[in-house]
Amino acid sequence: MMAQLVFYVFAAVLLLSAAMVISARNPVHAVLFLILGFFNAAGLFLVAGAEFLAMLLVIVYVGAVAVLFLFVVMMLDIDFSRLREGFQRYAPLGLCIGGVLLAELLMAFSNWRMAPAGVVAPLAVDPALTNTAALGTVIYTHYVLLFQACGLVLLVAMIGAIVLTLRSTATGRRQNIGRQHARTREETLELVNLPLGENVFEQGGFLRPKGSYYEIAVPGSYGAGEPDKTETEEKGA
Amino acid sequence: MNPAIASVGLGPYLFVSAALLVLGVFGIFLNRKNIIVLLMSMELILLSANLNLVAFSSAHGDLSGQVMVLFVLTIAAAEAAIGLAIVTVYFRNRGSIQVEDVTMMKG
Repeated sequence: MMAQLVFYVFAAVLLLSAAMVISARNPVHAVLFLILGFFNAAGLFLVAGAEFLAMLLVIVYVGAVAVLFLFVVMMLDIDFSRLREGFQRYAPLGLCIGGVLLAELLMAFSNWRMAPAGVVAPLAVDPALTNTAALGTVIYTHYVLLFQACGLVLLVAMIGAIVLTLRSTATGRRQNIGRQHARTREETLELVNLPLGENVFEQGGFLRPKGSYYEIAVPGSYGAGEPDKTETEEKGA
Repeated sequence: MNPAIASVGLGPYLFVSAALLVLGVFGIFLNRKNIIVLLMSMELILLSANLNLVAFSSAHGDLSGQVMVLFVLTIAAAEAAIGLAIVTVYFRNRGSIQVEDVTMMKG
């Protein structure tokens, strides 16, 4: 009885928040309702006995994906009123297609029966294990290749997102490996005998190598690309 | 069958999942111009698939469904990350994310 009550509360809040996600005027509110919906879906997972997936949903979705949505919505300066112009025009079509889809699902559901036990052999897992341990024993044995493929998908997504959004700015300092390897001691380091009680400013400051920092550097690979004389002069003065 | 889901039954789970799927599809039609809400509607559809998988997994006492949920979550996270990266780059280049402006590749 308790489980039923909890289920219906979670299901009602989940469906309400999903309805608010698609109808909210402000996309920030939509993202917040999405977060609420994910929390309630995690509650439904808990009722179904999938504790690990419930926690995963909260951590991965609420902690990462929904916050990513929130960042993007807040970062982009978008005129959201313009984006809602077609709201009224497309609503009847959407209602038609959604109604047809719901009717089809209900028809399929009313004529559906569970296969008799024994037709499909379930994976044999020790019932004494907790949900997380049982999932682990299945993932790392039966589904290990799919698990690794998932890792590959995440790697490709990570590299893709970085490559897409990385900008090469003028002030970005990049490594030039060939130049680094071609460096000799003479062009980078100069040893000076410093008299007692003197500081290095009379000797030209800390930019010790014969050329300045920017003359040694590869043109274009550093910010200004020009020697910044004023700084060294100020130090020398 | 897991005791908690035995008291609720499989039917309500499937109904909630179907309603969530329909809401997601409806959201795609309702927010034709707002690509961020389109992505959120797709997340709702994937969530309904996950709910279905979890319900059947506990009803059958077979953990394969829950493993599939794990994989679906992975794909959904990757899709959201790439989609939002594309939205960000598009906004940076064009200054708007109007869906109907994206016609550069139209013949």
